[in-house]
Amino acid sequence: MGLDQSLIGRSYPPSEVYEVSRAKITEFADAVGDTSPLSRDAGAARAAGYPDLIAPPTFLTIVNLGAIDELVSDPDLGLDYDRMVHGDQSFVHERPVHAGDRLEVTTHVDSIFARAGNDFLTLRAEIHTDSGELVCTGRAQLVVRGEQ
Amino acid sequence: MTTRVGDELPQLSVRVTRGDLVRYAGASLDFNPIHYSDRVASEVGLPGVIAHGMLTMGIAGRVVTEWVGDPGRVLSYATRFTRPVVVPDDEDGALVECSGTVTAVEDDVATVSITAKFEGRPVLGKATATVRLT
Repeated sequence: MGLDQSLIGRSYPPSEVYEVSRAKITEFADAVGDTSPLSRDAGAARAAGYPDLIAPPTFLTIVNLGAIDELVSDPDLGLDYDRMVHGDQSFVHERPVHAGDRLEVTTHVDSIFARAGNDFLTLRAEIHTDSGELVCTGRAQLVVRGEQ
Repeated sequence: MTTRVGDELPQLSVRVTRGDLVRYAGASLDFNPIHYSDRVASEVGLPGVIAHGMLTMGIAGRVVTEWVGDPGRVLSYATRFTRPVVVPDDEDGALVECSGTVTAVEDDVATVSITAKFEGRPVLGKATATVRLT
């Protein structure tokens, strides 16, 4: 059964605030093997002109996952999580994320289409501070494999 | 140093073990069991436990961040996930081999095409980053 294309353009209210901590930045850098001192040593980050530790470029997957969960929990979409795979992902940064950022995500459904028995949904996650500054736009294509 | 189209970035080879998947699950908050449970992976038709696509993307992104020496200079980063990285439950894990080539330079921004291979085949498609050079 295909996803309902009338849901293209749907958007969701901003998420709860995710506060970026120094510890989480360093933990995430460790997990991808990024050894940059700018994600570990606040003095080094300040010397490089940043307000605090900065996050690796894919750090916002944490917040983006919240956007994906928002769609998965929308009964109108009826996404089958068990048959869903991540088709593609992009991040366009307005500036680096740094420790102390208070981030919210606003999720939008940009496209829905079916091809070769599979459903494709593109979501746009606008990640902004709680004072409204856009920090990053994430786009993810979710693929729901058809029942064979 | 002048950056030119065609420049090759230093290559990066990374071994990914089950322990690395557990660590990434905790760090990223992605607890999908296909990234740690053989039983669940096989139930959904996968050849085994697979790495998070976002982990592979994160590892491959180091080709660019280590080249410029500053993760904050990455302006954009995009990829498709074309093939899974299957991670066996042993000490060696899976070997992911990453490289990058400069495909455009405009003003102070370079575009880098990134490849990541597992067992000799690409696992990311059209992986591209734009990065500020200074």
